[in-house]
Amino acid sequence: MNIVERLNDMLPYVEIGNGFQTAVDWSRTNLTALFDGIAAFVDALVGPLVDLLTAPPAIVMVLIFAGLGWWLRSWKFGLGTALGLGLVAGMPIWNQTMSTLALVLVSSGLALLIAIPVGIVISESRRASAVVRPVLDLMQTMPAFVYLIPAIFFFGVGVVPGALATVVFSMPPGVRLTELGLRQVDREVVEAGEAFGASPWKILLRTKLPLALPTIMTGVNQVIMLALSMVVIAGMVGAGGLGEVITTALFRAQVGAGFEGGVAVVILAVVLDRLTDSIGGRTASAKAQRAMQKA
Amino acid sequence: METVSALRVKSLYKVYGNRADKAAEILRNSPDRDEKLAGLPVTAAVVDANFEVKRGEIFVVMGLSGSGKSTLIRMLNGLLPPTYGTVEVDGVDITKLKPAALRKLRREKMSMVFQHFALQPHRSVLDNAGYALEIAGLPRAERREKALEALRMVGLDGWADKLPQELSGGMRQRVGLARALAAGTDIMLMDEAFSALDPLIRREVQDQLIGLQAELGKTIVFITHDLNEAMRLGDRIAVMRAGRIVQIGTAEEILTDPSNDYVAQFVADVDRTRILTASAVMERPLGVVDVNSGPRVAARVLRETQTSAVYVTGRGKQYLGTVTADAATQAVRDGRKDLREIVSTEYVRTVEDTTPVADIFAPCAESPAPVAVVDADGRLAGVIPRITLLSALGSLSSDADEGSTTPEPTHAADPAPTGDAMPTGDTLPTGDTLPTGDTLPTGDTLPTGDTLPTGDGTGTAPAGNGPAATPEVPAQAVAEPSARMTGEPA
Repeated sequence: MNIVERLNDMLPYVEIGNGFQTAVDWSRTNLTALFDGIAAFVDALVGPLVDLLTAPPAIVMVLIFAGLGWWLRSWKFGLGTALGLGLVAGMPIWNQTMSTLALVLVSSGLALLIAIPVGIVISESRRASAVVRPVLDLMQTMPAFVYLIPAIFFFGVGVVPGALATVVFSMPPGVRLTELGLRQVDREVVEAGEAFGASPWKILLRTKLPLALPTIMTGVNQVIMLALSMVVIAGMVGAGGLGEVITTALFRAQVGAGFEGGVAVVILAVVLDRLTDSIGGRTASAKAQRAMQKA
Repeated sequence: METVSALRVKSLYKVYGNRADKAAEILRNSPDRDEKLAGLPVTAAVVDANFEVKRGEIFVVMGLSGSGKSTLIRMLNGLLPPTYGTVEVDGVDITKLKPAALRKLRREKMSMVFQHFALQPHRSVLDNAGYALEIAGLPRAERREKALEALRMVGLDGWADKLPQELSGGMRQRVGLARALAAGTDIMLMDEAFSALDPLIRREVQDQLIGLQAELGKTIVFITHDLNEAMRLGDRIAVMRAGRIVQIGTAEEILTDPSNDYVAQFVADVDRTRILTASAVMERPLGVVDVNSGPRVAARVLRETQTSAVYVTGRGKQYLGTVTADAATQAVRDGRKDLREIVSTEYVRTVEDTTPVADIFAPCAESPAPVAVVDADGRLAGVIPRITLLSALGSLSSDADEGSTTPEPTHAADPAPTGDAMPTGDTLPTGDTLPTGDTLPTGDTLPTGDTLPTGDGTGTAPAGNGPAATPEVPAQAVAEPSARMTGEPA
């Protein structure tokens, strides 16, 4: 027994948790202005968007989404969208669905705003890539709930911590697929740009990004899907929407209400997935790829 | 400006690896340099390249993959910085230019055509052709006009609105060519530009390039691993091996006088009859008489040489024609004094000294006496008996065979005749090693131009033993006479 105790004593006590706690405490005291600013910014984005999406009658919105689906994909998809969203509107949890949509759009928008430039930088520099990749791994494998704790600490309960936790959680595939897409661009095509005297900036904008766009759009799609998967968790910190429907049902053991919330999430996911997918398919280089397959 | 070469490369080195500078220094300074490099974690891609490319010239750099030719061409426009040495474009050392100045120089002076075309798949053929102009910042309308003009030149003006993927490989490379032409630069770098095309298409695009070059007078640096392509296109050819340029010269110089065993092996597969000219195989004529010497002298020479006709030359060795034995005897009998009356150009065929050997077969077969070879000034340069033509081919082939088996090919020791020199008798196989008498080998072994595949030959065709430089293009070697020539030069 003595030996076991001694061996255990040999392990140093690493206070990583305390360190993190201290860092968070310090940030909270000294960076109040920053967090307030961020909170105001996110609120200013989500609030009006929710208002916009919920302003028209549900039936009008359903028809708008159906038209979008028809235009971007096919009349079949348009019809499916109308039926699916019609079901949601009929449950009736339309307003919650729209505020979830707003949350997803804002968080994935912010995530992409960071992810795409970071992806561009790490596609150009191996060293930057070596630094960023482990961070991305950490962000993806850390349980999503863990982000909520400091988020509540900084921003209190509400939409903002939910949105920011979603941003962090959904960002990695955006970075990874941007990097992948850019690295996959034919080296000889890039070299041709250099050989004809194009600047690196021009090569990035005119050649690399357009050619990487289908892959980047896959990243956008993934970011949106991950953001949607966070909504239930975000609901726990008071972000509202479908997350709230589901968590409330969970705490009150209302099987039916929980099921309704779940179905609405699934329908929203399918619509968003197919819509972003077809936007990716409409890019010039995706068309070029199809032409290549035909030939 | 005319005196400055379009491109001048001086002691250029490219070494990859951690201690590239150190390695380049060792390579420069020590005679037994390869051994000293052994310990360093480096790859020497280009070692001590020196050459100049003249204006309006097609300069071909030829070598197998890994010989450093792609690295070399990328240093010419600064896509790769050299480890040591200078590259001058119109007298400007581009290795010292800042990135922005280098980009400007590329826009204004050099364009490039790539092996796998390197077109932008998401943009139309027209946009691709006008790419260089777009980078140069030309307004859209002007860009369109020039790009269309370039597409017209390569015969693709009807395809402007297609995407590159909708075109065949050959057409795509013509778009690549149009892109380089539209750039309007004097220098074009072509990196294995036709290597990805199948042989028939390749031939077609090669012809197009030769035509365009003749029309536009571009300076072209062309990289290839295909010797036949090099011979076809190149005004001059640089042969590269393991990073070093082992020989620079015209196609004929490289064929007839390879600088070492490696080059000799490399050229073993080439269809020599298309490259070698009459001057390389002709012999000193046996019976030549001056036009003023009279029929009696002609008749005596005919007797002495045991030939059916003598060659008659006038002032300054001007070739006038031949006198046959019958005509000379008749003239002596009739008591005529002037050879001019009986000289004929009908009996013996005449070829120019620049005629490719492939085109001499027919005149040779039709002519009862050796074909007369005249130079550009009309002087009698030599003659080609049928048997010489065949034996010359035979000796070329057997030289090539020996090049791959013996350490020191005879070529290296004994320079073969060059274009302007009269071959002396001993550089060609002498009579006693030839098949009997004056008759041709039997019909089934007669060379018939370039139509016989080597496989149908005698089984000793050079293609079988050579380094197989061009697997995708069967060497268009001529089938050899069944009686193989054993005669070596000297």
